[in-house]
Amino acid sequence: MTARMDKRFAALKAEGRPALVTYFMGGDPDFETSLGIMKALPGAGSDIIELGMPFSDPMADGPVIQMAGQRALKAGQTLGKTLELAAKFRETDSDTPIVMMGYYNPIYVYGVDKFLDDVLAAGIDGLIIVDLPPEMDDELCIPALAKGINFIRLATPTTDDKRLPAVLKNTSGFVYYVSMTGITGSALPDTTKISGAVERIKGHTDLPVCVGFGVKTADHAKAIGAAADGVVVGTAIVAQIAGSLTKDGKAGPDTIASVATLVKGLSTGVRAARLVAAE
Amino acid sequence: MNQTPIPNSFRSGPDEDGRFGIFGGRFVAETLMPLILELQGEWEKAKNDPAFQAELADLGTHYIGRPSPLYFAERLTEHLGGAKIYFKREELNHTGSHKINNCIGQILLAKRMGKTRIIAETGAGQHGVASATVAARFGFPCVVYMGATDVERQAPNVFRMKLLGAEVIPVTAGNGTLKDAMNEALRDWVTNVDDTYYLIGTAAGPHPYPELVRDFQSVIGKEAREQILAVEGRLPDMVIAAVGGGSNAIGIFHPFLDDEGVQIVGVEAGGRGLQGVEHCASITAGSPGVLHGNRTYLLQDHDGQILEGHSVSAGLDYPGIGPEHSYLHDIGRAEYVPIMDQEALDAFQVLTRLEGIIPALEPSHALAEVIKRAPKMRKDQIIVMNLSGRGDKDIFTVAKILGMDM
Repeated sequence: MTARMDKRFAALKAEGRPALVTYFMGGDPDFETSLGIMKALPGAGSDIIELGMPFSDPMADGPVIQMAGQRALKAGQTLGKTLELAAKFRETDSDTPIVMMGYYNPIYVYGVDKFLDDVLAAGIDGLIIVDLPPEMDDELCIPALAKGINFIRLATPTTDDKRLPAVLKNTSGFVYYVSMTGITGSALPDTTKISGAVERIKGHTDLPVCVGFGVKTADHAKAIGAAADGVVVGTAIVAQIAGSLTKDGKAGPDTIASVATLVKGLSTGVRAARLVAAE
Repeated sequence: MNQTPIPNSFRSGPDEDGRFGIFGGRFVAETLMPLILELQGEWEKAKNDPAFQAELADLGTHYIGRPSPLYFAERLTEHLGGAKIYFKREELNHTGSHKINNCIGQILLAKRMGKTRIIAETGAGQHGVASATVAARFGFPCVVYMGATDVERQAPNVFRMKLLGAEVIPVTAGNGTLKDAMNEALRDWVTNVDDTYYLIGTAAGPHPYPELVRDFQSVIGKEAREQILAVEGRLPDMVIAAVGGGSNAIGIFHPFLDDEGVQIVGVEAGGRGLQGVEHCASITAGSPGVLHGNRTYLLQDHDGQILEGHSVSAGLDYPGIGPEHSYLHDIGRAEYVPIMDQEALDAFQVLTRLEGIIPALEPSHALAEVIKRAPKMRKDQIIVMNLSGRGDKDIFTVAKILGMDM
């Protein structure tokens, strides 16, 4: 497994706080702006970056992320360019783990072997491929693990104890626990449910468990961070980008700065999380 | 992509992982995996349950109106001057197409599984109407996702669904056609896994859908095979059907796959021509990829982004095709050819005038291929074509194209 990811989680453990994992869509609203966003994330307090790969038919995502993918594709983003985005980021940041997240088809068409070579060359640490469950491990998971690339699996409330071992078997880096109703939910998440779910998963693995639950504010991040090894924020960041654009969908004057501000706020929540837990 | 060895039987697929050669599979989000496994388990049990099969057969006879006739198209045969042409008249089924065969089967599965809510996607609205129909018959609430573009161009079917008590939700994401409706239905399913059954309308999607839809539609081919043997005392030389997702086609093809002398021809929508992107010929002009839970031939660009197709027939307007068709193509058991919009429209009019049957635009594509092939065949040869739906729903589209006032 990549040293960068393990090092980051070890450091966070020593610090006694959960990770802030931030998602954005590669190429949204254009290549240069999204590179600017990516470069601003670590300084704003992001510990791990999830780099979205745009796909025309993101069937497990809500409308906010789907529209981000459409903006990116319209601006000419391709899988090759998303790999290039990561490589450019790596030129100035050698510590922040990058996880690519998306759907399988663009990778399949790109060619699995070529893709994995380019992932390594770009300094990417892990993959989250939404439509590759354990039953499809031969496609990409096994070849990725063989090259030392983390394959991060999603666990959901429907993943029961019987199924968890199969889901966790070839998972590495961390486990990403997603609530299925979290995509559009705006209510403050029920933290007792989350800590129960995290504990259930931890009963089967030593890997860190990060939780994505429609986190929008520092308070959400704090509440979830108290129960998990990491807090994933996606839709809120993508919505912030969308809200900052000009009428014709181009980058606005404060697109990068406003994302940084949002992430800074979330990061204070994450940093306060364990203080709450200890109370 | 010819990695697949020729099997002893062409009817043995899929394997336990839901694969037909390299095609098929279960490419879905983790949230859906437990449901798909549950569905597979329930389907295995239902398949071998005499009570389930008896209820299915009874509804087939008394609700759908099966068996559908195998009709000798005498005047068309005479007109073309070659092979004898038979139609398998699925357009005479309740709701006017083959779609009901699958819907009845799946609603019985949903009932067995204790689900209380039905969702479906629809393009032209035929599957939506069939789903709303069986939901009404069994007392389930039903939500149908339909692209906003299709809602506009298929207004009569939207009204039918509403009459039947279904809620029709227009999907504005993407280009507002069938693939976007399918994405939205999958999102609904991911969100409401506990109580909801997703009634997929075509022989595509994650395993076990391609298999179970095929099995429910295979009644078409089983009947046709018996009927032609009874009338002609022999098997046909050729079986032809239109292919969008491909459920009517796999339904009539499957029982004939191991009959060596029977040529199998699937007809894809060539739209306005194969040079650009205005067609839906996934096999003829696409390449293998992964979408909506299965690997199959897709219309896509070099980056693996899915393209919007075009066809005059909303029912063929889908950028993919069922995985078993991709497999049958790759191993060479079936042949897939394109028919252009204009050829289908011409065939539509020929049938209407010669046989007094108004076909849907989907089987009009198959018919156009029959019109090309029959004259080149001997008079003692036989073609069986699946006349999968009636054309009432298409008269507005056709009137517009022909410049007629309604």
